[in-house]
Amino acid sequence: MTTSSPTVAASQPQKVVDARKAGSMVFAASVFLLCAWVLVPIYFLLVNTLSSPEEVAAFPKTFIPPFNFGSLEFFAGFSGIGNALKNSALVAIVTMIMSIGVGAPAGYALSRFEFRGKAAFRILILMTRAFPLPLLALPLAVMFIRTGLDDTIIGLAIVHTTLALPFAVLITFSLFSGIPVELEEAAWTLGCNRVQAFRKVVLPLVLPGITASAIFAFVISWNEVFAASVLTIENRTLTAFLLQSLDVSPLHLKFAGGFVLVVPALIFIFAVRKYLFAMWGIANR
Amino acid sequence: MAEIQIKNVAKTFGSYQALHSIDMTISDREFMVLLGASGCGKTTLLRIIAGLETPSVGEVWIGDKRVDHLPPRQRGIAMVFQNYAVFPHLTVFENIAFGLRMNKLDDATIKERVNRTANLMHIEQLLQRYSGQLSGGQRQRVAVARALAMEPDVILMDEPLSNLDALLRLEMRAELKGVLADSNTTTIYVTHDQVEAMSLADRIAVMHEGRIVQANNPVEIYRNPAAHFVGSFIGNPPMNFLNATKGGKGKWNVAGKSFSGPQSGQENLEFAIRPEDVTLNGGGLDAKVRIVEPLGAHNLVTCDVDGSLFRAVIDSDSKVKAGEHISLAPMQDRIRWFDPQTTLAVA
Amino acid sequence: MENKHLPYMLLLPATIFLCVFFIYPFTLVAWEAFSKDGAFTMEHFQTMTSNWKFEISFWNTLLLAAAVVPIQLALSLLMATMVSKMQKGRDIVLYIWTIPLGISDLAAGIIWLAIFDQSGYLNSMLYGLGVIDQPENFLSYQNKSTIFIAIVLAEIWRATAIMLVILVAGIGLIPKEYYEAAEVFGASNWKRFTKITLPMLKPSLQTALVLRVILAFEVFAVVAALGGTNFPVLMGETYNWQFELQDGNVAAAYALVILAISIVFTLVILRVLRVPKGAQV
Repeated sequence: MTTSSPTVAASQPQKVVDARKAGSMVFAASVFLLCAWVLVPIYFLLVNTLSSPEEVAAFPKTFIPPFNFGSLEFFAGFSGIGNALKNSALVAIVTMIMSIGVGAPAGYALSRFEFRGKAAFRILILMTRAFPLPLLALPLAVMFIRTGLDDTIIGLAIVHTTLALPFAVLITFSLFSGIPVELEEAAWTLGCNRVQAFRKVVLPLVLPGITASAIFAFVISWNEVFAASVLTIENRTLTAFLLQSLDVSPLHLKFAGGFVLVVPALIFIFAVRKYLFAMWGIANR
Repeated sequence: MAEIQIKNVAKTFGSYQALHSIDMTISDREFMVLLGASGCGKTTLLRIIAGLETPSVGEVWIGDKRVDHLPPRQRGIAMVFQNYAVFPHLTVFENIAFGLRMNKLDDATIKERVNRTANLMHIEQLLQRYSGQLSGGQRQRVAVARALAMEPDVILMDEPLSNLDALLRLEMRAELKGVLADSNTTTIYVTHDQVEAMSLADRIAVMHEGRIVQANNPVEIYRNPAAHFVGSFIGNPPMNFLNATKGGKGKWNVAGKSFSGPQSGQENLEFAIRPEDVTLNGGGLDAKVRIVEPLGAHNLVTCDVDGSLFRAVIDSDSKVKAGEHISLAPMQDRIRWFDPQTTLAVA
Repeated sequence: MENKHLPYMLLLPATIFLCVFFIYPFTLVAWEAFSKDGAFTMEHFQTMTSNWKFEISFWNTLLLAAAVVPIQLALSLLMATMVSKMQKGRDIVLYIWTIPLGISDLAAGIIWLAIFDQSGYLNSMLYGLGVIDQPENFLSYQNKSTIFIAIVLAEIWRATAIMLVILVAGIGLIPKEYYEAAEVFGASNWKRFTKITLPMLKPSLQTALVLRVILAFEVFAVVAALGGTNFPVLMGETYNWQFELQDGNVAAAYALVILAISIVFTLVILRVLRVPKGAQV
């Protein structure tokens, strides 16, 4: 440091402190703005949902929810909504079970064994990522009509499982890889066979993670629009129902429907937040 | 009774041969240490005995039962793993009881055995804790207690102390020796640490590149290495090796000096001597001192003898300095000879 | 405890599932797009391209991706580096920023409808501020540009989170020592970002971009909610041909177009952001 006079030396650290303070203010402000960018639109939807149908159509809008449940009541009473909700939930649950049931064994195999064909299987999984999967609904619609799976919960759940399966495989792969093989081996030397060791040692340790990935599969199915709209006619899911009635339904029905779509997603993302990054970290490979 | 016999066991991973036809018998209640550098096949051999790997060829016998086709649970073994493998979702008590419950023992017996082994390993106050609340040393104790509680015929240990810090390692080493001596089990212990091997073993099997180079008691391994590798691997610092050329019947020229050695037909041999087996007497090998490292009780002197690296351990009172020429006289009865072609010892 | 067949048995269900419901259907799409009464034909592609909406929807889809993806890339990189610098409140901020990840594209469209609608919040705000005297209809067919802006905003709002999550996970994998070493050598914040973060983040950037670009070509429900038929996109046309016009063959042709541009862009991204062998962490 070459400082000519003591005053300069004294004022320089002060400047640095000021600059740093200003920097952290800008930082905090940007974080706040970005949070607002995400939250405010959802808030607007909430206000609309908690307004009466008349208030929804009114102008200008209030920015504080009037806590009128008219829209929601209208939505609940609208014919077909109950069924659509039930279908959405059923398809999502079946998707969840199928994708974990089929994906977890594959994830376990990838994490525990070296075998011929492992690379080929990984490529198959990665390939699904480069394909616009909802398009599968088109050929499957034909296939399902032939096999009687058209317009059924199972049929749609199969398409959604194709969407969720690659994730289920990769996520469970990372979960199982996180459990040291030695734990399983220790169980074998202590009297367990493979199945017992899995049940008594591996399963309790991965269960929270498996639950998170099951929830993830649920959300993928719950939110899916295109395949649901193509494959269901009588047994519409909520997304298919809302899409079909976009042109004809009144605003308050759309908003209440959108809100009902959003709420479970919010809860689910909150429930799996701890696993979100671990899941995607491994999905990089 | 649990004698372990390994007959002609070999293991290949793809094109890599990890083990070349191993033959070994470990007698009942013996403490056998498999010693070698990483990648020498010692852990693979242990895992084959445990049943965690299957041998490509060969047989494994425990007692009078052939076991190489049996899963680990049917072999009457217990194992302690390098990173302990204490189940994180179970308490210490349930960890130790795990194998006993699998064997469907009644609760009273389980309780009795868990408490006994926990006392033995001094972890009786930790029984209700989880692995996450334990230190490395405590986890190690749990892992050993869990193996002992099984009252197995054979205990297999895979580098059990390598993750502990130096002081703790010393303490656990002595404790393990005591506990295992009282337990009447046959022990096979894998390590890369020769001091650990020396201090624990009844017998050491030195492994190198998938083969057992020498299996004998520690003193014998140290004093009479069966091959160049053993001499260069065991001992810190290791043995010194110098070229020897034939100088007449039973006479060998080493760095300009003549020594009496084996009466061999060969023209060249390897002369070997341990650093502590030379004295600072006249008439010995001429050595140019490169580095002097005081180690307290004695000095480690690194020299140049006839263009080769040569280390000597000498009394710390001697005033040897770098750059000096000194004379190092090997003790005649400690000199060993190796065949440079086969690398085996020549008597 | 080795069992040669066990891994194959464990993989079998997933493999069968993907073969039957992923690979086979895609060959079916190709067949449907190229065949009529069992013979090869380009007729469906001609029907597709001769329709006036094809060209518009094709360019709309590409234009939308071109407008949305770069902004999302910059935004998610910014957010990810901000998160990595944060100590206090990191978890809650991350939760908030990843909320859109769980939100359906249809719901996102509806959310932004609440803003851009004639009686929506944008109009209410502008009116409240005295900028306009009466509500503007932003989403009418006369206002193509505001429809486009609304869709772009909704897409950025909805789908930045997926890139953010991948990038945050990727940044977490970069060892701290590299930054400390760079700091010792006097690298500024910006230098550290361009010389360490960006190159080491390449695999994550690859994944994030491939995923995001493919999703951008699949854009459908957001457009349906905000633009309706005023802003045709490829996926929406596919749906129309399948449903309204009941011609599965032309829909299949559309599907192949989406598939083709998805694959082309995937390959381009993988090529541009490739990590040389041996330079991987």
